[in-house]
Amino acid sequence: MAGKRSKHEFRANTLPALLTVGPVTLVMVLLIAVPLIYVAVMSFCSIDEFYNVTFDFTLENYVRLANTDYLKIYAQSLIIAFLTTIICILIGYPFSYIIARTKSRKKRILYMLVIIPFWTNSLIRIYGWRTFLGSSGLLNALLIKLKIVSEPIEFLYKQGTTILGMVYCLIPFMILPLYTAIEKLDGSLLEASSDLGAKPVNTFIEVILPLTSGGIFSGSLMVFIPCLGYFFVSDILGGGNSDVIGNLIERQFQSGNNWPLGAALSIILIIVTLILVKIYQKLGGDMDSLGV
Amino acid sequence: MGKIVEIEGVNKIYGSNHVVRNLNLSVEEGEFLTLLGSSGCGKTTTLRMIAGFEEPTSGSIMVEGERVEDKEPFERNVNTVFQSYALFPHKTIYDNIAYGLKMKKVPKDEIKSRVLEMMDMVQLNGFEKRYPSQLSGGQKQRVAIARALINRPRVLLLDEPLGALDLKLRKQMQLELKRLQKKLNITFIYVTHDQEEALTMSDRIAVMHDGIIDQLASPAEIYEHPATKFVATFIGETNIYDGCITSITDGVATMTLENGAVTVNAPEDFSLLEYATISVRPEKMKFSTSPVEGFELVAQVKDYIYVGSVLKCVVSLPNGNELKIERLAGQELPPVGSKCYPYWNVDDAVLIHNESHYIFEALNNIKLA
Amino acid sequence: MKRKKKAKRKKGLSFVFCALVYLFLFLPISVIVANSFNATTTKPYMSWKGFTFDWYIKLWENSSLVDAFGTTMIIAIVSTLLATVIGTLGAIGMYRYKFKGKALIDGLLYIPVVIPEIVLGISLLTIFAKINIPRGMLTLILAHVTFCIPFVIFNVRARLSGYDNSIEEASMDLGANRLVTFFEITLPVLAPGILGGALLAFTLSIDDVIISYFVYGQTKTYPLKVMESVKSGVAPDVNALSTLVLIGTILFVVLTQGDLFKKNR
Repeated sequence: MAGKRSKHEFRANTLPALLTVGPVTLVMVLLIAVPLIYVAVMSFCSIDEFYNVTFDFTLENYVRLANTDYLKIYAQSLIIAFLTTIICILIGYPFSYIIARTKSRKKRILYMLVIIPFWTNSLIRIYGWRTFLGSSGLLNALLIKLKIVSEPIEFLYKQGTTILGMVYCLIPFMILPLYTAIEKLDGSLLEASSDLGAKPVNTFIEVILPLTSGGIFSGSLMVFIPCLGYFFVSDILGGGNSDVIGNLIERQFQSGNNWPLGAALSIILIIVTLILVKIYQKLGGDMDSLGV
Repeated sequence: MGKIVEIEGVNKIYGSNHVVRNLNLSVEEGEFLTLLGSSGCGKTTTLRMIAGFEEPTSGSIMVEGERVEDKEPFERNVNTVFQSYALFPHKTIYDNIAYGLKMKKVPKDEIKSRVLEMMDMVQLNGFEKRYPSQLSGGQKQRVAIARALINRPRVLLLDEPLGALDLKLRKQMQLELKRLQKKLNITFIYVTHDQEEALTMSDRIAVMHDGIIDQLASPAEIYEHPATKFVATFIGETNIYDGCITSITDGVATMTLENGAVTVNAPEDFSLLEYATISVRPEKMKFSTSPVEGFELVAQVKDYIYVGSVLKCVVSLPNGNELKIERLAGQELPPVGSKCYPYWNVDDAVLIHNESHYIFEALNNIKLA
Repeated sequence: MKRKKKAKRKKGLSFVFCALVYLFLFLPISVIVANSFNATTTKPYMSWKGFTFDWYIKLWENSSLVDAFGTTMIIAIVSTLLATVIGTLGAIGMYRYKFKGKALIDGLLYIPVVIPEIVLGISLLTIFAKINIPRGMLTLILAHVTFCIPFVIFNVRARLSGYDNSIEEASMDLGANRLVTFFEITLPVLAPGILGGALLAFTLSIDDVIISYFVYGQTKTYPLKVMESVKSGVAPDVNALSTLVLIGTILFVVLTQGDLFKKNR
């Protein structure tokens, strides 16, 4: 009897659980957890004269990262991410609001039109901006033709241009959660607010904003964090004048070849991420509304 | 008592959908008026036009003698209780109720005393700090009412406010709403599809059908003297007979039906050879085991259904139409399958103009002109 | 009427604003398309020198570019399939069964979603280097599967949250065994979530630059190929290929979402 029971238990629970959860567990542990732990370990290592990683415990990498040159780039990186996030909210919020509140089937077309550009590789689209903004590019040609300027303006290699590229790459991550949040908004609440004497601006502050703040928070998180790492945007548009933390890491793993230092930088980035995620959760953010 | 809301010639058209047709309605100050009808009859649209959520395609709406079509909802001195309650989920009960006063920039102390007074009135003391999600359906309903009433609107609009509650709670809330309305002496315009609710609560009922008002009258009038066939069938149970008036003597008409002639009181506006409809409520229907003078109907007893105090009898006419007849329980009855003779007291039947009557009348007017 | 006028003005403003945002979104793409017909032959291929189809012809001669595109597609298809299967099973298992370490797996799933891609990239690079897996197609696929799985799981999970367990019980009550029930009931009901997850995984895979950048070895994907030529100026044949890909995706959208554009739905 007992044997039969455990056999049933095995077939009803243990086996399906193993079959379903086994593969994902394997991937997540071997390709997420283990590598990240390894990076953490490496951040306390040093390198020999042949750039090989030597496993001895040292805080040297972290000491190097406290150097003012690095600190400047962290600050710059945070400023770029902050400005990018703010601009994404300012553009993304009204835009999402308009398309989410559009009645009829036009809504789906408008929504698809946001997604379609992002099926072209982001790198190529950023390069499209470079072509457009370059000194011999379309915008300058246009400005000269219209006699607005006589000499081409150098738009590239500026922090503002990097921010433009970041906004461009990341704005869908702002628009999509905002769209979802605004679409969920019950129209009768807005009517109720108006019915009770609230002018549109008061309805916005009292009802719309608090009820869609979840979308703003998750959008901000999904814009701010990647911004710190998108090295290719500042590479192509900023030309090294507007490095983000991602550029520093990339250099250590490619040309600099100092992996432990790069690992330590990555740990810093992870810590920043964790802090931001904690803040997000404190604000009542739902982890499941990220990424879908 | 003056007229507080006057609707004149209002139409509402969505695309090709004519939802409200040339509507005229005046609401007396302090009355409880119900717009009654099935879904899609235009009752909610009418309410929303008074509130300002919809704009009439044409016509005028006046509240307190002032045209309001150009006013936004927040500029109108009317408040709404929504079907879904529309409580702000991120605000406490206190803040929900205080919302309208806050928007009017009423001083904080006054808001507090008025909110607490209002919460007391709807028996929600102690719920100030709760959120809407922590309340039951009935409690949410009270909050929605309190939130609207605290603004002391001249007119309160209620859009099927009890629709989401279970039967017992609904009955209780009906009485409470009525009590509140009398106490505060505020005009209520109430939308519902529940005829029983309308009959219980209203001073007057406007029965709507396809964007027009079929009848506007007191509950008793509507029940006892339905103006149209739709009203007769929509409000309560009834038996309907279509036929032609074949003679009128001293206000009593003989009407010939498919299954034989019957007798009915005919008001003056009915004429000989007019096609008309008779409505007789089940409780007014009778049947006998022997023929009754003035009635030629012969039917067969189909079934008896006991529902406590009364007995519902189903009898069928030769053409297959079934009649519903109510009898007090405990009376002796002919067995199922036996012959019977349905009849009524002439005063208990209502004669209704057939809709085609209006067409003939219109045609006659054209001819006369 | 005053209110109608106001509403109209508001509508006009919204329209202008949206148009500007769409212009912003589509501007660089238009530049790419335009430049793919640019007759210029001097680096960095930016000034307009007239119209030509040459770059489309040159594209066929530039086999390394076409190969790179092929690699991208293979990686995208294989990793999407793997990630979808693993992710779907995982989502169902995690929804249904209780086991030790569930919270840990749950937590790990959020990492690829929130962490900057570059951190994921270098962590995979270091571990592949440590255990001496040669970088190439295999490492690219492993990396892509890793970052795609969570997105599949979240999509399927969203679908599962409205899932009625009793339909499975009904299926078994009617005589289907667990396996048949899974294929007859569970999968079809979850299909929209699975499909959504797969589409997202595919998009993420073909778009990925940063993670691939650290694990590619000799197998170059199409974005990496572009990356390589960015410094010297991207030749218009890359634009030509991008244009073709764009046309392909738009055709795909129109074909799969065709009902969007019909007048009466």
